[in-house]
Amino acid sequence: MSEQVGVVTWISGPVVRARGSRYVGMLELVEVGEDRLVGEVIGLNGDIITVQVYEETSGMKPGAPVYGTGLPLSVELGPGLLKSIFDGVQRPLPLIEIESGSFIGRGMRLDPLYRKDRWKFNPTAKVGDVVSRSAIIGTVMETETFEHRIMVPADLSGTLTWVAPAGDYTIEDPIAKLKVGNEEKVLTMLQRWPVRRPRPYMTRMRGTTPLITGQRVLDTFFPVSKGGAAGIPGPFGSGKTVTQHSIAKWADAQVIVYIGCGERGNEMTEVLQEFPHLVDPRSGRPLMERTVLIANTSNMPVAAREASIYTGITIAEYYRDMGYHVALMADSTSRWAEALREVSGRLEEMPAEEGYPAYLAGRLAEFYERAGYVETMNDHIGSVTIVGAVSPPGGDFSEPVTQHTKRFIRCFWALDKSLSSARHFPSINWLDSYSEYLDDVADWWQEKVGKDWLKMRNHAMELLSEESRLSQIVKLVGPDALPDEERLVLETSRLLREGFLQQNAMDKVDAFSTIQKQIRMLELILYFHERGLRIVKHGAPISLIHNLPIVDTLIRMKSIVPNEELEKMDDIQKQIDDQMSQLDVEYR
Amino acid sequence: MSDVIVQSGQEVVGVSRITGPIMIVEGAANVSYDEVVEIRDGRGNLRRGRVLEVGEKTCVVQVFAGSTGLSIDGTRVRFLGDTLRIPVAEEMLGRVFDGLGNPLDGGPQPLTDHFADVNGQPINPTARIYPRDYIQTGVSAIDGLNTLLRGQKLPIFSGAGMPHDQLAAQIVRQATLGAPTDAPSAEAEQFAIVFAAMGVKHDVANFFRRSFTDSGALTRVAMFLNLADDPPVERLVTPRAALTLAEYLAYEKGMHVLVVLTDMTNYCEALRQISNIRGEVPSRKGYPGYLYSDLASLYERTGRIRTSEGSITQIPILTMPSDDITHPVPDLTGYITEGQITLGRELDHSGIYPPIAVLPSLSRLMKDGIGQGRTRGDHPRWGAQLYAAYAHMQDVRSLASVIGEEELGEVDQKYLKFGRAFEKEFINQSPTENRTIEQTLSIGWRLLSMLPKDELTRVSLDELKQYYQGEDAKH
Repeated sequence: MSEQVGVVTWISGPVVRARGSRYVGMLELVEVGEDRLVGEVIGLNGDIITVQVYEETSGMKPGAPVYGTGLPLSVELGPGLLKSIFDGVQRPLPLIEIESGSFIGRGMRLDPLYRKDRWKFNPTAKVGDVVSRSAIIGTVMETETFEHRIMVPADLSGTLTWVAPAGDYTIEDPIAKLKVGNEEKVLTMLQRWPVRRPRPYMTRMRGTTPLITGQRVLDTFFPVSKGGAAGIPGPFGSGKTVTQHSIAKWADAQVIVYIGCGERGNEMTEVLQEFPHLVDPRSGRPLMERTVLIANTSNMPVAAREASIYTGITIAEYYRDMGYHVALMADSTSRWAEALREVSGRLEEMPAEEGYPAYLAGRLAEFYERAGYVETMNDHIGSVTIVGAVSPPGGDFSEPVTQHTKRFIRCFWALDKSLSSARHFPSINWLDSYSEYLDDVADWWQEKVGKDWLKMRNHAMELLSEESRLSQIVKLVGPDALPDEERLVLETSRLLREGFLQQNAMDKVDAFSTIQKQIRMLELILYFHERGLRIVKHGAPISLIHNLPIVDTLIRMKSIVPNEELEKMDDIQKQIDDQMSQLDVEYR
Repeated sequence: MSDVIVQSGQEVVGVSRITGPIMIVEGAANVSYDEVVEIRDGRGNLRRGRVLEVGEKTCVVQVFAGSTGLSIDGTRVRFLGDTLRIPVAEEMLGRVFDGLGNPLDGGPQPLTDHFADVNGQPINPTARIYPRDYIQTGVSAIDGLNTLLRGQKLPIFSGAGMPHDQLAAQIVRQATLGAPTDAPSAEAEQFAIVFAAMGVKHDVANFFRRSFTDSGALTRVAMFLNLADDPPVERLVTPRAALTLAEYLAYEKGMHVLVVLTDMTNYCEALRQISNIRGEVPSRKGYPGYLYSDLASLYERTGRIRTSEGSITQIPILTMPSDDITHPVPDLTGYITEGQITLGRELDHSGIYPPIAVLPSLSRLMKDGIGQGRTRGDHPRWGAQLYAAYAHMQDVRSLASVIGEEELGEVDQKYLKFGRAFEKEFINQSPTENRTIEQTLSIGWRLLSMLPKDELTRVSLDELKQYYQGEDAKH
């Protein structure tokens, strides 16, 4: 399938130059050297071909052959993606382990999807049907509960001249024949799609459904809508990865694509070992069954790190096109940007800010714009939500990657080192974070919980920002100088911080909160404030309110009241009433 | 080791330019990227180098020992046709080597036919075992609040003049597998220490050697020394040579290897120097854009794999220039390692040893190695509570410095007392004091009991009932 198109003339790390054919295309996949290391053409100048190689180039010599494939870098799509773990260029890591042992060897060519598995194909289209791009022609149960919809390739349309009867097929067996013009094409369940080209959809729609993550600070305070894009920037140790893992575990998406891009090996191992044992609260199946993992850890070749983001998003779009809601986590986009910088440096391109290439912003935009809530080509509704972690050097949000990312996302979850130092998790700073999706999802909340979520949320935010102002004064003169009404704001804000915003990912009850629990908790804390305010206005000293046993209960209710036993909240409300009424009577 | 590698390859005269430790060689054919070269100067002395970049007629060579005395015409370069390899063997324990892996102790070359590429290969994430066994170091601030696990990489972030070396030596001396089921005596046999010094003073190397001798561990230690007056370029190989031996001992011999790398800041400076001479586009503070990837290629050589009993645990030490944790070296390190032990200048000044600043310290893997069946059931929440209380105390302390201690409320005064006791009794301990995890936990509870019960919202009510000893313990 490949012929020699050139010879290597120069090698520097992952960047190789070759002299050869003028017919090699930009972004074409090539194979370099006798080991046939995979690479991608990133520059052409006369007969000089510049290639970024996705593997370690040690030992390669000038004069080595370069083979062309005529194809762009693509991923394989079809049943069997779920539960898989791939490297940045979609090589299956478990098979690599079988082939080369515990360490990743070079020049490994392995099929991303296992060819020998047989899948039970159920046709839904018939001979004579005129099908357009991405039309669904059959289904396969990819896991016990997940229906994988087999689609016509996204760049083909025509008339079906043959459809395989229901039965077991491998992904390479023909399952249909399609007449395109005068040509008849054989369709299999296996398809390929170039990673750098977004898959087509019919129309982009406004996302009005939030991605529910079970994390109170996200769902209630800074929601991201399905099809939206969110960024999590934070210095090291501020909890980016824990937050990403929590979302991957609890988000109400049907498919999760998790990209470990230039991060720690142990972290990917943790996901690999933990997810098969965790149960998806919605389907009752292991979480791994809805997850695709892409792991290109920090010590794996840097060029493949650059590709990993595209590999992941293309797989996400494929499931979106079947009509599913997909959430994609990228941890971390800064490592991806650094891979761009490294390759750019080796190409001796003129750097822009901090050594990053001038096209950094463009690349980030291309990536985040592949998120969206869409009507697919086959009239289904699907979405891809992107949650990208950003690792700003020194925790400085003014650096280029954070700044450019902010331009293309609408939801910003700012992690704060001082919160994580005080072990306030998730350490998302409520004053620095924002979400532009609040109005988009307000109706959904009203419909689901029957309460004015946005009003309550905004009231709580007011209290928290008031607290921040007051604590400046407290730092100078101590809390005693404040009037009791303002000290009540401090008290309620403490409840909000410790009782609501803080959430323990390790605690069984607290790890995940339904929206019903979230809204009820918020309601009770605000109710406490309202009752407290009345009493304080009557002249009761704040210390009395501070010492009420209900304060401790409100802080602990997150781990005392399970999602299924929300009626216990009524009891807590009654306690507020009882204890406050007593004070009420005394000070009226 | 030069006499062990097959002396194949061509010898060429063709140096066209020498800048610092970088040399451009012309006229050599069939050179491969990352190949090792042997350089013979005008007097016939040998030194070694490595190919950094290769074109059809020219290649860029980095000379490990520096280029002093090399001339354009008198220098001959022999390409050895292979990447840099070092011999690895169990008998290397108890020996001292230079930064490239050659014996420094007057002993012979290790007898082995096992040569390993110093660059190693990335561990497949699917082949790893997630670390879960905690190591008891006997240091309260680590065991209690930043627990170290077997297979973890946990650096010490320090500054000039702080006792990071003492702390590292104490950890090495006292470290035992914490899991109560394992018999410590059986463990001791499989234990090894690989020590790599990069650009540190002779005194520091001697300090570690003395410390290993005193604890009787010297026969279990392999030392790779590239000291402050050794060629900086060699420093780029030193940690790789050390880790290559560590990988052999851990993954082929099933040993539990503790790797101490000091000082990573010197390593990064050597990297910057080479990058600078090559005219690469710098990113922050002149460090090359690939500093992250380069550091990762060292730190990620840690962990456990399924096919072996052994493990590699790394304790890199780095000094933060002017104590700045946002400096690229600690910053990028923190993004790769699984937490960090940060030393604090203020604690050091108040005479507290080890001066571990607990708030900026962190062990990411701790959550998976502590709690019921590992340390004790209350440990996770106990830790969170100590952290929260100490963090609040910091606010109180800064408030007290403005309005005076007397003006503080009753509860805040208690916090202040708690904070002082925490630093004096919990963090502070003698360099020879080896505390068990139970001792550490009970000191913590004693300190928490100085605070009113209803301030302790992070621990469970049952735990309060069982361990809280404060004055309002009854209600």
